[in-house]
Amino acid sequence: MNSGIPLQYFLILATIMFFAGIYGFLTRRNLITILMSVELILNSVNINFLAFNRYLYPHKLEGMFFSIFVIAVAASEAAVAIAIIINIYRRFTTINVEDVNEMKF
Amino acid sequence: MINFNYTIWILLIPFLMFIFLGLAGHKFFPKLSGVLGTTGLGIVTVLSYLTAYNYFFLSEKVDEAYQKITAFNMVWLQLTDKLHIDIGILLDPISVMMLVVISTVSFMVHIYSLGYMKGEKGFERFFSFLSLFSFSMLGLVLATNIFQMYIFWELVGVSSFLLIGFYYTKPSAVRASKKAFIVTRFADMGFLVGILILSFTTKTFDFIALTDPNGSAITQGAGIGFLGLSVMTWSMIFVYMGGVGKSAMFPFHIWLPDAMEGPTPVSALIHAATMVVAGVYLVARMFPIYAISAPAALEVVAWVGAFSSLFAAVIACTQTDIKRILAYSTMSQIGYMMLALGVSGYGGHEGLGYMASMFHLFTHAMFKALLFLGAGAIIHAVHSNYFTEMGGLRKYLPITHITFLIACLTIAGIPPLSGFFSKDEILAAAFHHNKILWAIEFLVAGLTAFYMFRLYFSIFWGKETHYHHTPHEAPATMTIPLIVLAVGSIFAGFIPFNELVTTDGKGFETELEMMVAVPSVLIGLIGIVVAWVMYKKETAIPDKLAATFKYSYKWAYNKFYMDEVYLFVTKKIIFRFISTPIAWFDRHIVDGTMNLIASITQVSSFRIRGFQSGQLQKYGFVFVTGTIFLALLLIYFWR
Repeated sequence: MNSGIPLQYFLILATIMFFAGIYGFLTRRNLITILMSVELILNSVNINFLAFNRYLYPHKLEGMFFSIFVIAVAASEAAVAIAIIINIYRRFTTINVEDVNEMKF
Repeated sequence: MINFNYTIWILLIPFLMFIFLGLAGHKFFPKLSGVLGTTGLGIVTVLSYLTAYNYFFLSEKVDEAYQKITAFNMVWLQLTDKLHIDIGILLDPISVMMLVVISTVSFMVHIYSLGYMKGEKGFERFFSFLSLFSFSMLGLVLATNIFQMYIFWELVGVSSFLLIGFYYTKPSAVRASKKAFIVTRFADMGFLVGILILSFTTKTFDFIALTDPNGSAITQGAGIGFLGLSVMTWSMIFVYMGGVGKSAMFPFHIWLPDAMEGPTPVSALIHAATMVVAGVYLVARMFPIYAISAPAALEVVAWVGAFSSLFAAVIACTQTDIKRILAYSTMSQIGYMMLALGVSGYGGHEGLGYMASMFHLFTHAMFKALLFLGAGAIIHAVHSNYFTEMGGLRKYLPITHITFLIACLTIAGIPPLSGFFSKDEILAAAFHHNKILWAIEFLVAGLTAFYMFRLYFSIFWGKETHYHHTPHEAPATMTIPLIVLAVGSIFAGFIPFNELVTTDGKGFETELEMMVAVPSVLIGLIGIVVAWVMYKKETAIPDKLAATFKYSYKWAYNKFYMDEVYLFVTKKIIFRFISTPIAWFDRHIVDGTMNLIASITQVSSFRIRGFQSGQLQKYGFVFVTGTIFLALLLIYFWR
């Protein structure tokens, strides 16, 4: 139970990762980097799940399962996203997100 | 029991013929369609005569009375368990009699039209409409319930509309057809209200249940009332309103003279012999209710009929368009029938007026169709509707002349022609009921003889008019119906209606009442003699008389300004004070609200469309900011 590292440390790490992800998502122009930022956000959430599960309800496993589920979803999402990015590249010959702005008024 | 299943074909044949000619006639046999339609109607006529023979002579009578037979019935529209609308065929003395009338006249008119309409544009359309009309009229008289009757009632209205407006390139015909449709439709609204009140009180549509004098339906709605009249009386008055519209009684008569814009065979069939008597038929159909539980409504029927007949007869004396004269004469004769129903009682000899009305309906159909067809032959020969442009035609049109004379004598009530018998029964019935009504009808009898012979002498005698080309007798297809109908007009009076068509189905004895018969024949003769003096040779008497009674003549000549009254009421009052404000409200308030909503949406969307820039990261930024904002809000207000 008592592993020495307090819960707050995990939460601080997760927060930093989350906002790093948000920052990357909003500022990066490369679609691949944006995808990586999204993965970062998802992983920060995973950390939160695991930490809370471990510290608050050590006899239950819902948090674990949920983070496994998130990892699976993230994996498939990465596959789909990369497929989309490849198609965007074929069409526009760029993966700069600012140049991909056909869908507007 | 005799099997009456074949009567369904009486309805089906004209209906199929209508669809067939309407869809295929134009393309495949424009010339042959007339013959096809006529053949179909011929079969219907044979079937109708067979039905009449079977019904009157072979079917079993119960207790000396003809029974009402439902030959066919099916549920057409099941709305709820109790409320359903049926379509069926009801045979009773009046419907069988009407079958004979309609099929005979319709068949004659079909044959006549083969000649009259030959080479006209839309020949096959004409015959398909005629078939539609025959179908709807037969359906009307054979209806088993009042709702079916209403459906077919509207169908005859629409076929009348189509046929009046047959020459749809002529503005006056279009106007007339619209007028006929709207006026009758307005009256039919009253009919519908009547049906609703009636069926609400009696819980049934079925004629047999409604008109059974010993049944429960007839006593319903007697007590509760409005303005001193019982519910049943009100419903019967409303139902009668429909009849007033269709039968061109005052004050809904204005459409009938204009309806003469249609082809003449149509006028003969629809606006003289069959459709316009639908109102009479309606009252006759509901007669037990009128007589037993709504006598006040029956009074209304009598007085409307009497007034209309006098009104129309006076107008007819001043007109010069021969078809219009005949139209007013029709209105006047239908007034007779209405009056006869109005003065009738229920059962046995009391029902003399009812019998007389049906009798007159029968004979009138014959001689009025004959008059119209004769007028058609004259118009065909002279190419004019005004008798002022005719004269001395007896030499050119011998067959038309003789048949027209027979019809005029018949309508004037000269024995032993059929009109004498039926009119005499009506006058006798009126005489025993109310002396004032009798006096009105007595006067009208004289006027009738006068205006008919005014017409006759002006057309066939009078001054010799110079014609552009010599008028010639119509072809055989047109003269044969004239001869057949003339024979019908002569001998129809000998049909023993008192044995066949009575209120309770039992026959009763009638005798010629000299008290009534002699004066009416005399006044008819006086009318003829007056017309003879005035119009046999060209004289100055008519103009002098017109000058003497200048104002009354002018009023009658302008049809008592009824059209103007209608125009005033509709244009000046209804349009100005009701329709215009409603139109304003619709245009500015209703449309305005909708336009406002639309323009607000348009303007605001134009303003905010810049948000949709296509820049993914902008969206993301807005999304994240919003989420954070919401999260802060939640935290702050959570507590």
